Amino acid sequence: MSGSVRASFALVVFSVAALTAALWLGPVALDPFAQDAATRTIVWEIRFPRALTAWIVGAALGLSGAALQGLLRNPLADSGVLGLSGFAALGAVIAFAFGFAFLAPLMAIAFAGIAALVVTTLGWRARGPASLALIGVGLSSFAGGLIALALNLAPNPGALADLVNWTLGSVEGRSLDEAMLAGALLVAGAVLILFAARGLQALTLGEEAAAAIGANLGHTRALVILGAAACTGGATAVGGIIGFVGVAAPHLVRAIAGHDPARLLIPSALAGGALLVCADIVVRLLPTDTELKLGVAAALIGGPVFALIAARLASRGGDS
Amino acid sequence: MSLSLSSVSVTLSARRVVNNVSLEIAQGRVVALLGPNGAGKTSLMRAALGLLPFEGRASLDGADPRKLSDRERALRAAYLPQRPQSIWPVSVETLVALGRFAHGAAPDRLKPRDQAAVDAALEACALNAMRARRMDELSGGEKARAHLARALAQQAPLLILDEPTAGLDPAQALAVADILRAHALTGAVLFSTHDVALAARVADAIVLMRDGSVVAQGAPREALTPQTLRDAYGREGRLQDVDGDVAFIFR
Repeated sequence: MSGSVRASFALVVFSVAALTAALWLGPVALDPFAQDAATRTIVWEIRFPRALTAWIVGAALGLSGAALQGLLRNPLADSGVLGLSGFAALGAVIAFAFGFAFLAPLMAIAFAGIAALVVTTLGWRARGPASLALIGVGLSSFAGGLIALALNLAPNPGALADLVNWTLGSVEGRSLDEAMLAGALLVAGAVLILFAARGLQALTLGEEAAAAIGANLGHTRALVILGAAACTGGATAVGGIIGFVGVAAPHLVRAIAGHDPARLLIPSALAGGALLVCADIVVRLLPTDTELKLGVAAALIGGPVFALIAARLASRGGDS
Repeated sequence: MSLSLSSVSVTLSARRVVNNVSLEIAQGRVVALLGPNGAGKTSLMRAALGLLPFEGRASLDGADPRKLSDRERALRAAYLPQRPQSIWPVSVETLVALGRFAHGAAPDRLKPRDQAAVDAALEACALNAMRARRMDELSGGEKARAHLARALAQQAPLLILDEPTAGLDPAQALAVADILRAHALTGAVLFSTHDVALAARVADAIVLMRDGSVVAQGAPREALTPQTLRDAYGREGRLQDVDGDVAFIFR
């Protein structure tokens, strides 16, 4: 059994265990299989959709992170770092703030797509991981500024606090319908990205040699941009901005699944899903007056992980 | 297999880096590109593959390389860039198996024919014992051999290799020369090098370049005279026979 298959199998088991634990655990531990109506409502109508949404959002971010890393040949790439999440949130905020909430997912995908196009165009020839990350920082800050502008100009200021809260990233109170929406977009994005898998593998040789062995790089790039936009757009429309899952997930599974970018895609998606379900359990169990936002928790854990990976790359001279 | 370039010129950032170069490589031939740094060797090779826009005519086995799809081109010619990369530390075998891309094979799902090509390439480059090693664990010379094996695994009739012996010790450089000669039994080879003696020893023809133009072209003894070498490199140099082998001396 190859490393990738072994990792995938272990991560499916881990995901199921995490999802089961998410039904069980919370401010009050409940038996998911109890028969009384109150417990059934809490477990199956509140905790289950929330946990499922967390898994789908994490899987979407883990998958797009692995695909973007393969495309840009850069272990620091992910939807959050590169500004795709910020732009997706901007699209959704515009839709919400201007009274077209039903368009939010579509706007999130479209804006994530625009960000992906810009960042892959600018970053295609970036000379090192840090320069690409800087392009992402610029795009993210720009998206943040535009979100503030949209909120500033919003005709309906009553909803501002809700919107700001939403951009912080959370899966609290999500319905099964929202999980299904993100799930459908995850499937669509995954299909596109998996079609690009061979191209990503070829890019291991660098751009020129990949083209010389017969890889159609324009094709690969378009598939990854569309796939990452669908995954990130869906995840952000439902869960707000949740960063670093896309950096951390591929990084964590490389030890078992190996470095082949094609064989990292599915394990990264599974790891991202399991990670976010676990993070959401922790968020729910923390004895705080106001529940900590999942996006905040992800940044608190993911930020240092990101810095660590960047420091290790720099010490290996990977930024030359 | 044949490669034919006629009056090929390449302009990069408003600078003409290849100027009106013509050359022919027929089946069974090994052709070496020589010249100082910046002579236009790499640009010429990339143009021949259609990886760089150029003026003039080119025929890669009867087809204009600019009009071939990536796959069609890869089935006709394998290319080894000057600084081959392995961005992710995959295993040697995985890297070599990427050479089978144009044949529709993924490194983890090789058909017997693809596996045979990979095994033969690993064998030819003396990499059998280290096929499972990670690329980032190899020495410079071993990495260079792994990338050459990747190009060989492609089993394209034409090999275009940009400095395949750079960074190799003399014994390994000679081993690469043998590999090039062996390939020419069924195909053709165009390679660039700074090792004048090696070029004279292995190539049927030399193309000596400077500032994008051809200084001399022909059989090694005819193309590499003290005068042409001075014209190309700005220094006196000559080939010398030593016990039936060729040595090269720069003054």
